[in-house]
Amino acid sequence: MIGVLSELSYWQVTSIRVVAGLVAVLLVAGTLVYAHLFKMVSFMQSRLGPMEAGPYGSLQLMAEIGKFLQKEDIVPRRADRFVFKAAPFVVLTSTFLLLVVLPGGPDAWFISNDLGIYLAMAVSSVSVIGILMAGWGSASKYSLLGGLRATGQLIAYELPLLLAVVGVVIQAETMNLQEIVLAQANGEIFGSGVIGNPFIITQFVGFLIFMIAMQAELTQTPFDMPVAESELVTGYMTEYSGLRFLLFFIGEFATAGVFSAIAAVLFLGGWYVPGLDPADNLFNVIGPLVLFGKVVLLTFLVFWVRFTFPRFREDQLQRLAWKFLVPLALANIVVTGVLKVLV
Amino acid sequence: MTVTERQQLSYIAAQAADARVNLEIETEGMTLNIGPQHPATHGTLRIVAKLDGEQVVAAEPVMGYMHRGYEKLAEVRTYPQVTTLINRIDWLGSFANEVPFILAAERLMEVEAPPRAQWIRTILFELSRIANITLFLGDMAVQVGAITPVFFAFRDREHVLNQIEAATGGRFHPNFDRIGGLKDDLPAGWVAETRGAMRKIRAFCDEIEELVEGNEIFQARTRGIGVIPPGVGLSYGLTGANIRASGVDWDVRRDSPCGLVHDQVDWKVWTHPDGDSFARFWVRLQETREATKIVDQLLDGIPSGPIMAKVPVIIKVPAGEAYVETENPLGVMGYYVVSKGDLNPFRVKIRSASFSNVSITPWLLRGVYVPDIITILGSLYFILGDIDR
Repeated sequence: MIGVLSELSYWQVTSIRVVAGLVAVLLVAGTLVYAHLFKMVSFMQSRLGPMEAGPYGSLQLMAEIGKFLQKEDIVPRRADRFVFKAAPFVVLTSTFLLLVVLPGGPDAWFISNDLGIYLAMAVSSVSVIGILMAGWGSASKYSLLGGLRATGQLIAYELPLLLAVVGVVIQAETMNLQEIVLAQANGEIFGSGVIGNPFIITQFVGFLIFMIAMQAELTQTPFDMPVAESELVTGYMTEYSGLRFLLFFIGEFATAGVFSAIAAVLFLGGWYVPGLDPADNLFNVIGPLVLFGKVVLLTFLVFWVRFTFPRFREDQLQRLAWKFLVPLALANIVVTGVLKVLV
Repeated sequence: MTVTERQQLSYIAAQAADARVNLEIETEGMTLNIGPQHPATHGTLRIVAKLDGEQVVAAEPVMGYMHRGYEKLAEVRTYPQVTTLINRIDWLGSFANEVPFILAAERLMEVEAPPRAQWIRTILFELSRIANITLFLGDMAVQVGAITPVFFAFRDREHVLNQIEAATGGRFHPNFDRIGGLKDDLPAGWVAETRGAMRKIRAFCDEIEELVEGNEIFQARTRGIGVIPPGVGLSYGLTGANIRASGVDWDVRRDSPCGLVHDQVDWKVWTHPDGDSFARFWVRLQETREATKIVDQLLDGIPSGPIMAKVPVIIKVPAGEAYVETENPLGVMGYYVVSKGDLNPFRVKIRSASFSNVSITPWLLRGVYVPDIITILGSLYFILGDIDR
């Protein structure tokens, strides 16, 4: 398989990788993550959740796609039609582009780029534009408030997210996600290389900041003011119906999965499990599964928090970002840098 | 200052604030219609909020989208038929609506329900309070953004509804209270089952205390938000937990009991000095616990005997006037019944708690942020049927 790939030209390889990524990874992983989350959330709320579509409701995602496809695609009369219609795709594009940098094994990657994490952070900001487009284009006051809140919030939380990553980058000495995984696999902690060096141990503060900022970036509770069903009636999504609403909805869950995958790569060692040689060809097969397992673990955390906590207010959120998370992240960078030079 | 003067002043203040905003930063204020269709309004309340950014300059509630004319309809119905209507005023604690009307009619007819009926009435009265407030405890969390507690509230409210259904045959609208007593006696085994339900409600209260009340974000969102000083609250006619949360120690059940047997049991009126949204939540949580205690004690001592006094088959109420108020789940509810000696009441005036509780919103909402509107409305806790009747 790898041999065949190397004979093709760059653009052919890239195309194959991207299509494989979209079809094999997104559909299967999406369905699994979705079923997992649906069931998990249902049990948290003492209900059964989906039970009818497929065994134990595991095909609920398919059923919902079918349902939403049948619905009318309503555009409000005063809406900016093009902006309104394009917005969900912009949001989803950012999610898919994020997926591209994720490594699933020594050779199972889409693109291996020296700017990997930098690219990921850059394209993750694209979703802000989509959300602002949705908020502005809907010609609704609720949507506008939601869109503006989302913009303010995402700008505030890009910074701690990025600063939390810097600690990892300093320690791994690379921005390439594949090499960050290898740095964790081959690393040593306290003079012992048995479990490698998953950065969650040395970068625990960074991990916490990353998870908090990620929660805000995903607009999940307790940072879901842009959506805020009880006050803004789902904010920028208010006017959407049919497939476009579904795209936002899936985008929300998919982005949670993809961000969890990035966190898994950065802090939990990505596709690597201790005890095996990271160059082993076996990892091309089990690597994606290992990564998926770690993603499930992290999405569990994300949704556990989401369905437990109430929502912050906008000003409280900004205060948390600028007065607490950013200084903490900067201190983390300084400490990491000093230790890196000294040790 | 009368209410209309205050409204005029608040309108002038809103205009002035608009003008100032327009001059200073050359922006226009935005008018946001919250409702009539909005998930936070429990029905069809509309709040017209003038916003400066996310800050409220002026807010005014618009009521009447669900006005059903119950006071007028009651005039063309016989006394027993009226209870069917007034069941639907506060639809979460329906039985409690019937009680003050029946008590007023009984006072006019000069009959008194037998002790057993009075005890069971009080038990059902408190059960409907629990059925009402458990939903608030979950719903308040939804207003500030937590989704899960409301599912717990619906789950555990079911235990109480089951007991109400077992006793009366109706989950939502029992229509069980009769002039001179109750429709039926309790079914066998009901007392023990109700005790079990009360245990579950107490466990639910503990759960809510940990999950919602103790949560730092919940406290940050509710403490100091929507503070009602006792004087202002009283002048707007706030009653129930809303005024007790402002430190006013006033509960009709204790201070002017009539027809119900709350004075036979040992219980406590909870107050909170702060008067903010958190205090209102806290007081209601304590009241739910207290209600389970009241029910438990009442279950111990239900007297035996008939459940119906001697009343004629066709009820004609002698001419006269009577006003009876009780401490309903939402606040003080009173019925002013005027009779001319006919089969129908000549006039029924309903004093419902939510109407007064909502009328404070223009005063309360000025200067708060949009998310706080929802928190404050949630903590005032109104039922639309109780506002519009």
